[in-house]
Amino acid sequence: MNGNNPATIAPSPKKKRKNMNLAVGPWTPYWYILPAFIVMALMVFYPLAYGIYLSMTDMSLATFKNPNFIGLGNYAKLLHETAFLRTFGRTIVWTMVNVFFHVTIGLFLAVLLNRKLPGKGILRVLLIIPWAVPQYIVALTWRGMLNNQFGAINIFLQKIGFAAVPWLTNPSWTFIGAILTNIWLGFPFMMMISLGGLQSIDKEFYEAAEIDGASGIQQFRNITLPLLKPVLAPAIVLGTVWTFNMLNVILIIAGGFGNEKTQILVTEVYRLAFNFYRYGYAAAYSVVIFLILLVFGMTFMKRSQGLEEVR
Amino acid sequence: MENNQVQFRDSFKNRHFERNDSWLKIILIYLLLLVMCVVTVYPMLNILSVALRPADNLFQMNLQIVPDNYTLENFRRAIFEIDLLLWIRNSLIISILTAVIAVSFSATAGYAFSRYRFAGRKSGMMMFLVTQMFPGPMLLLPMYILLVKLGLVNQFLGLLVPYTATAVPFSVWMLKGYFDTIPKSLEESAYIDGASPLMTFYRIILPLAKPALAITFLFAFMSAWSEYIVAKVILTKPEVLTLPVGLVSMQGQFNTQWGVYSAAALITSIPVIILFISLSRYLVGGLTLGGVKG
Repeated sequence: MNGNNPATIAPSPKKKRKNMNLAVGPWTPYWYILPAFIVMALMVFYPLAYGIYLSMTDMSLATFKNPNFIGLGNYAKLLHETAFLRTFGRTIVWTMVNVFFHVTIGLFLAVLLNRKLPGKGILRVLLIIPWAVPQYIVALTWRGMLNNQFGAINIFLQKIGFAAVPWLTNPSWTFIGAILTNIWLGFPFMMMISLGGLQSIDKEFYEAAEIDGASGIQQFRNITLPLLKPVLAPAIVLGTVWTFNMLNVILIIAGGFGNEKTQILVTEVYRLAFNFYRYGYAAAYSVVIFLILLVFGMTFMKRSQGLEEVR
Repeated sequence: MENNQVQFRDSFKNRHFERNDSWLKIILIYLLLLVMCVVTVYPMLNILSVALRPADNLFQMNLQIVPDNYTLENFRRAIFEIDLLLWIRNSLIISILTAVIAVSFSATAGYAFSRYRFAGRKSGMMMFLVTQMFPGPMLLLPMYILLVKLGLVNQFLGLLVPYTATAVPFSVWMLKGYFDTIPKSLEESAYIDGASPLMTFYRIILPLAKPALAITFLFAFMSAWSEYIVAKVILTKPEVLTLPVGLVSMQGQFNTQWGVYSAAALITSIPVIILFISLSRYLVGGLTLGGVKG
C-alpha cells in the first residue's frame, strides 16, 4: 500500500486515481470474480457444453452407457416434426400473453401507486402477495381453485350466472387456466420494477408538461414511458425468458405431462427426458430453446438500448 | 363561512392527494386498487378456508371464507402427522446456506464489475445475464449426471451448488448496480488512510450496501426455498426431502389430504409473506437502484 505518505499523493485528483490503481494488482478484479465464476462454470457451463454434446448423440435409457454420436440427426428430426412447431407456437402465445399482462397490469398499478394516496403502503403490500408465495404453492392452490366441481372459480362463475368451465378436463381450458395463474403470479414483479423506476423520475418534468398543457395520456407517453425504458427493458427481457422457461405452473396445473396440448417447449423437454428417457433428443430441444432465447434477448436489448450503461 | 369550508376541503384534499384529481377520480383509483387487492389476496384466503374445513366437509360448494363448524384439525395433522417439520428444517438449512454463499460470492463479483475496469469486464457481465436464458431442463440432465458422478445425490451439497449457481447471476447484477451508486471518493479516502482494498471493501462498502445485500439475500433464499424441479430429481430419500417436494408429493393424495395440504401450505408461506412484506420498503429501492444505474 502506498498510503504511508498521504501528503505527497493527496493534492491532485489525478495522482489519487493513480494511487488507487497501485493499490490493486492487475489480477485483483479477477480474484474478486473467481468464486462466482467457479460456481457458474461447474453448474452452468459444464452442463451446457455437455448438453450440446448430448444433443448430438442418441442417448436414451437403452444407450445410456454407450451413446452413439449422430451429429445433427436430432435437430433434423426435430425440425421435421409438426408437433415441435405446434408446441413452439403455443409457447409464443403463452409467453406473449403472459408478459403483455404482466407489464400492462404491473405498470398500470405502479402508476396508480405512485400518486399521493393515503393507505397506499397497505395496498402495495397486499398487491405483492403473489410474488411472496412460493410458486409451487401458487400453482397447487390455483389448481384447487380451478377444480371443475369444487373450485372457487367455477362456483363463483355459476353464482353470477355462467356455466362451469371444464378447467382441468379440457386441455385448451387447462392451458388458459395456467395462463391465468401465471399472470397472477407475475405482475407484482413488474409492478415493483415500474414503481421503482417511476419514483426515480423527476417530478419537475410533469410540472413543466402541465404548464405546457399536456394531458395525462400525453405525459405518460412522452415522459413516463421513455424514462422508464432503461428500467423496463431488462425487466421485460428477464420476464420473457422466465415465462418462456416456466416449468412449475404448467407442470402442476396440468397435473403432470399427460396432455400434449398443454405443453410448452420447456415442459416438452422435461417430458422427453424424464418421462420418455430420450436424453439426446431432449437435449436437442433445449439447445433450440436456448438459441431462440439468445437471439431474442440480444435483439431486444440492442433495439431498446437496454444495456447502454454496460458498455 | 361557506368559502372557508370549501377552502378547508380543498386544502385537505391537496394535502393528501394529487393536486388536480377530482374526488371521482380518487374514488375510481381506490376502487381499482381494491379490486386488484381482492384478486391477489383471495387465493390465500381460499387456502385458509379449505384448511379450516372439517375433513367430512372438504368439498363444499360455497364461497364462505370461514366455514361453519370450522376446525384446526388440519393444522394439527399437518404438524404432527406428516413430515412437515422435517421438510421445513431441510429447506431452512439449504436455503440459508445458499443465500449466505450466493450473497458473499456475488458481493465480491459485483464489486469488481462496479469498480474495476479490466479485460473481459463487459463480456463477464453479459455472461451472467446470458445464463438466465438457459432452459432449466437443459442443465438438469447433465447436472444430474455430474452430481451422480460426484456422489452428491440425496445430499444437501448436491442442491447447494446448483442453487447457488442459480442465485448468483441475478445477485451479481443487482449488487453491481447498487455499488455503482456508492461514491468512489469514500474508498479513495480510505486508501489514503492506508486501508487495503479488501479492508475497504469489507469495512466501508459492505456496510453501506446493507439494504441491497438484504434484498439479494432474500432473493437467493426464496429461490432455494421454492425450488421444486431440481430437488425432485436429486432427492429421493424421504429424510432429505425439501418443503416443495414434500408438499407436491401430497398432491397425489389430494382427495383425502386437500385440507392438510392447505394447512401445511399456509404454515409455510405465511412466514415468507411476512418477511417479504417487512422488506417491501427496501424492495422498491433495491430494485430501482439496481435497475436504473444498470
